[in-house]
Amino acid sequence: MRLILRNGFVYDPLNGINGEKMDICIENGKIVEDVKDAKVIDCSGKVVMPGGVEIHSHIAGGKVNTGRIMRPEDHLKNVMPKTRLTRAANGYSTPSTFLTGYLYAKLGYTTAFTAAMPPLMARHTHEELHDIPMLDKGALTLMGNNWFVMRYLKRGDVELAAAFAAWLLRAAKGYAIKVVNPGGGEAWGWGRDVRNLDDPVPHFDITPREIITGLTRVNEMLSLPHSIHLHANNLGRVGNYLTTLETMELANGTKPARERQVVQLTHVQFHSYGGDSWRTFASEAESIAKAVNSKDNVIVDVGQVVFGDTTTMTADGPMEYYLSSLTGLKWSNRNIELETSPGVTPFIYSKRSPVAAVQWAIGLELALHIKDPLKVLLTTDHPNGAPFFRYPTIIAWLMSSRYREETMKEVHGAAQRNTTLATIDREYDFYEIAAVTRAGQAKSLGLAEKGHLGAGADADVAVYDINPEEVDPSRDYKLVEERFSATSYTIKDGEIVVKDGEIVKVVNGRTLYVDAKVDSELERELERDLDYYFKRFYSVNLANYPVQEVYLTRPTPIEVKTNVR
Amino acid sequence: MREVVLTPKEQPPYGLIAECISCDVFAGRSIEEIEALPVYYGNRQGKLGDFFDVAGEPADKAGELRIIIEGDVTKTRWIGRDMSAGEIVIKGSADMYVGAWMSGGRIVVEGDVGTFSGMQMRGGELHVKGSAGDYLGCSYRGEWRGMSGGRIVVEGNAGAEVGQNLNGGRIFVRGSVDTFAGVRMKKGLLVVGSAIDRVGAQMTGGAIVVLNGVQRLLPGFDPAGDVENPEIEGESFEGVFRKYTGDHAERNARGVLYIKV
Repeated sequence: MRLILRNGFVYDPLNGINGEKMDICIENGKIVEDVKDAKVIDCSGKVVMPGGVEIHSHIAGGKVNTGRIMRPEDHLKNVMPKTRLTRAANGYSTPSTFLTGYLYAKLGYTTAFTAAMPPLMARHTHEELHDIPMLDKGALTLMGNNWFVMRYLKRGDVELAAAFAAWLLRAAKGYAIKVVNPGGGEAWGWGRDVRNLDDPVPHFDITPREIITGLTRVNEMLSLPHSIHLHANNLGRVGNYLTTLETMELANGTKPARERQVVQLTHVQFHSYGGDSWRTFASEAESIAKAVNSKDNVIVDVGQVVFGDTTTMTADGPMEYYLSSLTGLKWSNRNIELETSPGVTPFIYSKRSPVAAVQWAIGLELALHIKDPLKVLLTTDHPNGAPFFRYPTIIAWLMSSRYREETMKEVHGAAQRNTTLATIDREYDFYEIAAVTRAGQAKSLGLAEKGHLGAGADADVAVYDINPEEVDPSRDYKLVEERFSATSYTIKDGEIVVKDGEIVKVVNGRTLYVDAKVDSELERELERDLDYYFKRFYSVNLANYPVQEVYLTRPTPIEVKTNVR
Repeated sequence: MREVVLTPKEQPPYGLIAECISCDVFAGRSIEEIEALPVYYGNRQGKLGDFFDVAGEPADKAGELRIIIEGDVTKTRWIGRDMSAGEIVIKGSADMYVGAWMSGGRIVVEGDVGTFSGMQMRGGELHVKGSAGDYLGCSYRGEWRGMSGGRIVVEGNAGAEVGQNLNGGRIFVRGSVDTFAGVRMKKGLLVVGSAIDRVGAQMTGGAIVVLNGVQRLLPGFDPAGDVENPEIEGESFEGVFRKYTGDHAERNARGVLYIKV
């Protein structure tokens, strides 16, 4: 299909295009310089951006499904009957797979990465990703509590750890190395947690510091497209900002193997807490932002909170248990054999709660205090801070200090007293919004063909019905919120999939995974180890562990040349 | 008050989802428009007029309308869902979910109601002259915030888990109730005739009154003396009641259970 998106206001930060009126030409699913005999779509008076890229969202896998099973009451919301094109769907904080795809497409998103896939649950995760239409997909693969990784790193065998990571990504059809509460998940198997970077993990005697620095080395040796994706220790604990600052220091001196950061600290809102009890709970977002501003190899994503009812789910079992003990609500924990221990519990961010009010402010503070918008990515850690379809509200908050003030009046006074949000005048423009919702994500993930509109990029485009020459987002924030909720057009691989906020075509996206090759002798050494350990400790056979491509929609391996031996 | 009368025609052999039978939905609609309201059965969609003869005088406001259902509708579900005002009189028995999420107005049922009736009610009144099924005035599956206001009166018996997760409002069952009455209740008042066992399991607040005895009490309840003619949650009771606090299997339990001696 050939298309010309005519005369829109184009925002494309990776190519430095800031609201220029121009045409975007599309042919064979790619952006091209020029095209003949094309269908013309008039985009005058509209904002044109690359398709949104979601970098951290719990959309598929074991704990998402546990959330669905645990919360039948959540399925009463967002009930959508089947249409000629779309399947029946429901769910608010735990939407069904199909609904996930439809809702992202309506927001103008065309790519999404599920935030935490335990390799043992990879087949299930891919079966769910299979049923998420409209999006190119990938899975961040959990390794921070993996027995092989901890064993190899403890004895200093980084090469073998790298060979294992490469094998694991290929076996699980994963895209990047995800680290969640390094060491804490394993310690939770013994009823314990790790509370600082030098707490040893039971039996393995390795520390979170060693796991993080080890996996950082592994990641750069393998030269993977994404950096390590790190959910630091002590999530959600009062005073945890010190751990976060210390964790950031671990990236010092490491050179990235590609043009990207060395570590992405994820949902940093949950890691920027000051005070020494819930009574004195306060924001340390400014300290965190300062550290991010001063470093060139660390980026963060926000994990913004939006008020309302949601379901929290992480691969951080001890944290979920702790949270449920605070709220008294139902919870679930799971032990994924040699790999991780996820948990799930519902949570309500109430406007009247001082803690929730401060959490809300911290996310916005981070986004506003961090100077380079390519270093702070917009996420809600869906559904932990809020469901992803609340992004338009967050975009409106970022673009309007007046809207922030209005909300501040409705929430507990702690947001005013214990954070700096009220003192910030900065308002994002459309260029910065494009950076924090797609460009930064694509750059961080190493997706050269996404997040921008230059020739050769995938023809994934979002067109929003906002005229930047007439709309003042600072004043018309409600309009901004409404127009970012449903695109005029979402274009996926050169095809119109959403028009005027309605799905007009259902497509299946690619599944991206990394295929990194290491030295064959090293692989043989690894295989001997795998054989032994699978027989001894796993409940599955080694041969049944890897996920076959048949489970993936449009499987797209990304071949990586590594520097291992 | 104006009246719209629904006379049941041939009913489907399985559940008829008729959440449109509510004064809020009927208000401002003509008889023809009411007949055309959607109902669902099996995997099909039909019109209310396919299953009911609709007659009478519609009203503009829900509060000025009374809906009368002439006879048994034992396959019809969700009558009065989300209703905020007005009155529904069912001159027979109805199926599940009568008055679910109701916030105002009144529903009178001359026969019986099925399970999950009065689910998560927020206000108004549900009066059942016959008996109720399981989960009367309970919360939806998985939901921990149950009925929060209003009043349910059942003149006959009710099934298991009456007032589960009760979080306000009042439930009165004159006859007997099955197991787990008031389970996980947090607020409000539950009055029952007689009960079998596990009354008030995991309750942390509110009050349960049993007028004709419990077969077996849970060990999480501690005796707290006898009281005469007590006033409980604003209602007066006659006679001598043995008072218990519980369920101490829960942390900070402040529930009170009164059993008439």
